[in-house]
Parts: sequence; C-alpha cells; structure tokens
Amino acid sequence: MKTDLTDTNASEVAAALVRARRAVGSPAMGMVLTLVVVTDDAHSYDAMRAAAAISSEHPARVLGVIRRSGRGSAGLDAQVRIGNGSGEAVLLRLRGELTHHAESVVLPLLLPDSPVVVWWPGQAPDDPAADPLGAIAQRRLTDAAAGRSKSRALLAAARSYTAGDTDLAWTRLTPWRALLAAALDQTDAPVTGGSISAERGNPSATLMRAWLEDRLGVDIALKTSTGPGLTDVRLTTPRGDVALVRPDGTSATFILPGEADRPVALHRRSLPELLAEDLRRLDEDDIYAATVRHLAAAESAKARPRPATKKATPKAASPKPQAAKEPSTSKETSA
Amino acid sequence: MSLHDNPLRDPQDRRLPRIAGPSSLVLFGVTGDLARKKLIPAVYDLANRGLLPPGFSLVGFARRDWEDQDFAQIVHDAAKQHARTPFREEVWDQLSEGMRFVPGSFDDDDAFERLAETIKTLDAERGTRGNHAFYLSIPPSAFPVVVGQLKEHGLAQAEGDSWRRVIIEKPFGHDLKSAQELNAVVSEVFDRESVFRIDHYLGKETVQNILAFRFANGMFEPVWNSHHIDHVQITMAEDIGIGGRAGYYDGIGAARDVIQNHLLQLMALVAMEEPVSFNAYSLRIEKQKVLAKTRPAEDLDAHTARGQYAEGWAGGEKVIGYHQESDIPATSATETFAAVRLDVQTRRWAGVPFYLRTGKRLGRRVTEVAVVFKRAPHLPFSKTATEELGENALVMRIQPDEGVTLRFGAKVPGTAMEIRDVNMDFAYGGAFVESSPEAYERLILDVLLGEPPLFPQHEEVELAWEILDPVIEHWAASTHPPDAYPSGTWGPKSADDMLARDGRAWRRP
Ligand SMILES: NC(=O)c1ccc[n+]([C@@H]2O[C@H](COP(=O)([O-])OP(=O)(O)OC[C@H]3O[C@@H](n4cnc5c(N)ncnc54)[C@H](OP(=O)(O)O)[C@@H]3O)[C@@H](O)[C@H]2O)c1
Repeated sequence: MKTDLTDTNASEVAAALVRARRAVGSPAMGMVLTLVVVTDDAHSYDAMRAAAAISSEHPARVLGVIRRSGRGSAGLDAQVRIGNGSGEAVLLRLRGELTHHAESVVLPLLLPDSPVVVWWPGQAPDDPAADPLGAIAQRRLTDAAAGRSKSRALLAAARSYTAGDTDLAWTRLTPWRALLAAALDQTDAPVTGGSISAERGNPSATLMRAWLEDRLGVDIALKTSTGPGLTDVRLTTPRGDVALVRPDGTSATFILPGEADRPVALHRRSLPELLAEDLRRLDEDDIYAATVRHLAAAESAKARPRPATKKATPKAASPKPQAAKEPSTSKETSA
Repeated sequence: MSLHDNPLRDPQDRRLPRIAGPSSLVLFGVTGDLARKKLIPAVYDLANRGLLPPGFSLVGFARRDWEDQDFAQIVHDAAKQHARTPFREEVWDQLSEGMRFVPGSFDDDDAFERLAETIKTLDAERGTRGNHAFYLSIPPSAFPVVVGQLKEHGLAQAEGDSWRRVIIEKPFGHDLKSAQELNAVVSEVFDRESVFRIDHYLGKETVQNILAFRFANGMFEPVWNSHHIDHVQITMAEDIGIGGRAGYYDGIGAARDVIQNHLLQLMALVAMEEPVSFNAYSLRIEKQKVLAKTRPAEDLDAHTARGQYAEGWAGGEKVIGYHQESDIPATSATETFAAVRLDVQTRRWAGVPFYLRTGKRLGRRVTEVAVVFKRAPHLPFSKTATEELGENALVMRIQPDEGVTLRFGAKVPGTAMEIRDVNMDFAYGGAFVESSPEAYERLILDVLLGEPPLFPQHEEVELAWEILDPVIEHWAASTHPPDAYPSGTWGPKSADDMLARDGRAWRRP
C-alpha cells in the first residue's frame, strides 16, 4: 500500500504511517531499528530495494532521504509504503533550503528507543559522524567503493573514524578474512610477509592490507590485477605460501603449504547480504577501528617526504624490504 | 597454530564466523528419508554459507553398488531439491570433490576396512587430518552393530589432536532400561563429549531464545514462580498423520516419540533455575536437577489422557484414521495423542502443574509453551465488566512462527467499562534471525566445531524415561483402548476432562 503526500511535513508523514498500518490490519510493532538511506533520485530505487530486502532479517522502518535541488522554495514530498515484507518504508524528497536540514524531517520519524542506522549507498560525507544525519545514528554505513574517488573516500573515513562507523568495503572482506583465519588455524609457521592483488583502487584491498599488517605485524605488498575485486591474498611462511586465490569472482583456491590445493566457493555478495551482515551487530566494530587506525597512521607516515621516489622501486608500496621472497607471484603487475 | 595464538583471530572480531576445522562427515543410511531430506541439504547449506572447512569431505555408506559419482548424484539431487539456500554451481564443485562412497552392509567387515582406508586417503588427499564424524541415520536397532564395527576397525579411535565423534538420532531407547543399554553400547566406544544426540525440534536457536528471554530480562524472572503462575501448558501439535511410517511409529506412540524428548526438554528449560553460566555443563546440571524432581501426578487415570485419531476432515481434506493407515494392525493400541500432568517438587513450582500434550492430526501444526498467570487478587470492576477477561498468559511460540505473545486484558473501546483479552506479539521470525538456519545445520556445525552439545546427554535421557515410564506402564496395563478423536480436532474429550478436573482448560493454540 502506497500513500503519496505532497508539500507535507513530518507529522503528516507520521500520521500516514499509522493510518497505513491500521489499514493493512497489523497494529503490531515488531520493528527493531530505523534505517535512514541517504540517496538521490537516480540511485534511490536500488538502494530502497536493498533496504527492503533486509527487512525479513531485520524488520526496520526505512526512511529514504532524497535531496533534490537546493534552489527554490523549501518543501517536502513523501511516499509511505507498507505491506509486503515485515517493515515499512517512507521516501522523503527534500527541496530548497530544507535539503540542508534533513534531520528535522527524520528526527520525528525515528522509531522510539530502537537504534538508528544511517547508510550512504553512494557518496558519503567526509566525516559521517559530524554530518547532521550521521550524528543521530548509532551506526553509520558508508561504501568507499561507491564514492566518486574510492581511495580518497577510504582515507577520509579512516581519518575521521568515530565509534559506530563502518564501511561496506570492510563487510565485503568477511568471507576472505574468515578463510584466512581458518588457514592460519591450520598452519603453525609464523607469517613473515605477504602480498595482495586486486583491481586498481579497490578499497577492500587497502583494508585487507591494513588488517593483515595490523594483525600480523609484517609488511604486505599491494599489487594491481585485472580483478574483479580482490584476486589474491598470499602470506609467506618459512614452509611456503598460505594463499587464497580468486581469479573469477566466484570460486577460489585455498592453498596451504604441503597440502593439496582445495577449491572453495567465494562469490561476491549482493548488497542485501552485505547490509544484513552489518546490521547484525550495532556496537562498535573494534577490529575495523584498529584497521582504519593502522591505515591512517600508515598514510600519514607515507605523506612525510622520503628520499626515494615511488616510481624508482617497484616495492615502494611497502616501506620496508620484504622479509621473504614470494616464489609463486608470477602475474605481478606494476603497482 | 592453535586458535589461541592465531594473530588473525580476536574475540572482538564478531564478524568472523567460526569455520569448522578440517574434517569429514561419514553418513550411514544415505538412502534414508532423513539423510536426503534434511542432512544432505543441511551440509549443502553450510557449504553455501561458507561455514565448512576447505577440504571438507562427505562419505556415504549404504548397501548399494554405487560409485562415487552415483553417490554424488544422489547428494546433488537432494541438495537441489531440499536445500534452503540457492543452488550454486561453484559451491557444488567445492563439495563434490570431497565425496566418497563405500558400499556395504553393516555386518560386512570388508566394507568397514574399506571405510577405514577411504578415511585415511582423505586425510592424505584432502587434509582432513584424522577428524571424522559418524552420523548414524539408521534404525536404532542397527546402532549396536555399527558402533561395534567402528570400534573393531579402529574408526572410533582418534590419534593425537584429532577427533572422532558420533551423532545419534532419537529415539534414544523406548524405556529406561533400553536407554541404559543403548548408552552402554555407545559409551563403551565413544566418550561422552563425542556423542551428539540430536533433538531437531529443539534447535539450539530455540533453546537460546528461551534462555535469553528468561535470564536476560529483569521483568519476567520475578514472577516466574508459584506466587504468580497458575499453571503451564506445553503443546506440540502436528496436523499430519503418521504418513507411511507405520514401522517406526506403531508400538512407539506419541508419549515416547515426543513427550520423552522434546516436551520434557522444553519443560526443563522453562522450569529450571538460573544456571551459573551458559556453558553446556552448567545448563545440563540445572536441567537435570529439575527433571530429577519432576513426577507425573499421583492419579494417572485422572491426570493423563491418550487418544488415537479417527477419520475425519482436517484442513479441508478428508483423511483416514490411524487404524486405516497401511500396516497398522486393527488391534493397535498405540496412542497418537498423549497428555500428562507433571508436578515439579521444588519451592519455585509447588502447586503449579505442568500440562504436556502432543498429538498427530490435530487442529494445526504448532509448538508452544503457555505460562498462565493467576488472576489479579482483587478486581475493582463490576462483575460484568470482567466477564470476558481470561487469565494473563505469556506464550513462547516455538514453531512454526517463533516468537512471544503476551495476553492481557484491555478495555473495549467505546464501551462504558468492558474488559477483554488482547494479544501483543513479537516475532523472532522477522527480527534478527539469520534467515533461520535449520536445526540440522546448527547441529552438524556444532559437531564439526566440537562445541559441547546443548542437546541432551544420557543422564537427561534417562531422567526423562524415569518420569515417563510409570505413565507408559499404566497405559500398557489398561484394558481400555486409547480414546478416538476425529482428525483435525484438538484431541479426545478425556484430555479436556483431565484439565476440567483441576478447574482449568486447554488453550487453543
Ligand atoms: N525421518 C525423520 O524425520 C526422523 C525423525 C526423527 C528421527 N529419525 C531417526 O533417524 C534415523 C533415520 O531415519 P530415516 O527416516 O532416514 O530412516 P529410513 O528412511 O528407514 O532409513 C534408514 C537407513 O538405514 C539404512 N539401513 C537400514 N538397515 C541397514 C543395514 N542392515 N545395512 C545397511 N544399511 C541399512 C537404510 O538403507 P537401505 O535403503 O539400504 O534400506 C536407510 O538408508 C532413525 O534412527 C530414525 O529413528 C528420523
């Protein structure tokens, strides 16, 4: 059931929500969170669909905030959608000066008591926690891979990190991280170095590198491949390489020294799957925090002038020389 | 590298799922119903969710002249047809590389030698490292011979850090004596931490939900006692009949099939004291304590009921009665409905009866625990105002739509003062559940991870038989056949009478 409201305000939207709920005959409020999706007209369809898809796992009130042109007179148009799925959705289109005061529309529409998550499916503010919408949320979800400049987005996120921030580029890594952790469960040799290959500018690869460096205390080289996404993570040990290689974006090979290679399914997950994972826990993600702190520290170290220029040495991506050779990195491309 | 010093692991890292270590699952009874409909799909779903270790292998054992590929085909079809998650070729490729088949019957020594070799080869080829779980999806009568063969051929013996585990299905015996015999057979070969008894109606998720509900909240525990609770009703109703499983069901009956395991486990979770911690050991201690103090009501004629479904209309279809099912003897006195009143002799529960009932061909498929509260000691309303007010109730819905319902009185709008019962609902179905992993997925994963089972160990099984044995013996000695009830209804009149004697009535779930 859809209700359109033009030139409206938050209390009329709230009243429309109650009416719509009564009309479909389900006065029960089983919803567990409010999800605010900050998007634009071009991307709102996909984003709202992904948000609706997670409703079966996390019944939510989804508020889509679309900022239109900041010129002209201030105004709000809304569409209330209730019915299919276990949540409800409101699309809020803001015009004129109101585009700078989106929180004034959102605040009265939040579910009582329950947590608020703000998600920027596209370009995110440089400091999400300082954004007026971000400030009302427990959890701020950005997607560095969707921003205009991927590496810049990630760095900005790393510098401005505040408890409750998280990025879908990090969420995308979970299956890789789980397999790598499982691989080290089965290896008793120390890791002395390693490398990552990924599509150019892939923010997940940057995070993977920071995570591995932070956890393992070794330098990890970053190499460019043709993708898709991450294609190769390799950890050097005295016994040989522990590696996870995924050339095609769907299935990978799991390599342990002294054992036969094994295929593992490792497909790239859809947006609803990623969102659902992120909404499962709403407290601070400590490991992400440590990872972005490492990243910010490494970047500011790199920003200081150094004698050798980057182009001169192919291994410039890692500040110190590699501790061990990597025998099987054949498809190395220039970084 | 052990889990503790793996630098990539951190207890704070709660995104990382626990992937089981290198291992294989050996499935006995692959041609059976359970294996094809539940176990194989669960294995596939685990693989799809990325929770199985790389190199995980699945070994089938059956008396069929099959090659590995034939077995793989069976698994493929079962997974495609019954899996919960979408079928993906790459997941299938990962699984199918590790599939092996060993033909043979249970008394065939050569077959078990071949099984031992197959497992050794897997350790070498697939890196399963000597970790193997044996799933006995076979008739309980075959347990002793298979467990004996596993021991004989060294399959139950783990070396070094590796493990061997066994999973057995209910029924765990048919009375106390047979349960003890079964346990003697199994425990001679496997130690208690290596034996997993599955109760698939009571998945770990359900158990944890009940525990969280009772012990994570400050609101319910203070009223969880005889001062406030009048009685408790635990129901597990099925709308289907025995559906061609005469061989399994006849002679067993509803009490042994359901009350002994599922309902008594549920009751223990509802009635037990708060465990000192939520590890499997402390939970077990509390469940055992409460089961040890639980007894059927004195007068078994007055406080038990049993029935058999007769033909009738259920859910818009005409269905046959129990005696008309194929392979059921006309004289069969097996009950398809059972209800008992149990009393828990503790301070908390003195005078609060627990009514347990289960049956086939009842009104609808539902499992729930209803905690019914005492009426308010004084009602400052006129009698007519509260005529339609029932007792407050808190209902924990277990299936099909897991959640909690709170039933209380509210004023009917527009009347002068007219109070009537209303429901307030919470559904787990929507909230949080990671699209509800099947109980079998959880169980298989727990087995491979070596998580101490939340499922019962033999003491609980035996305590449950001690509660039920007097009832079953009483029924067996009776000259009365079970009372017939029309299919699609809520059981025989004797069940209603049983509660009416105590001045109570069954809730319609
Ligand atoms: N199905 C359920 O929903 C369910 C529910 C609760 C508990 N259970 C329990 O789960 C277990 C399996 O149930 P099920 O329904 O799958 O039983 P089933 O359909 O009767 O299957 C039994 C399996 O055991 C095999 N088998 C029996 N005797 C054998 C022998 N001498 N040598 C080799 N194989 C033999 C059968 O192989 P053949 O094909 O060669 O005969 C078949 O694969 C039983 O313990 C049952 O009580 C099942």
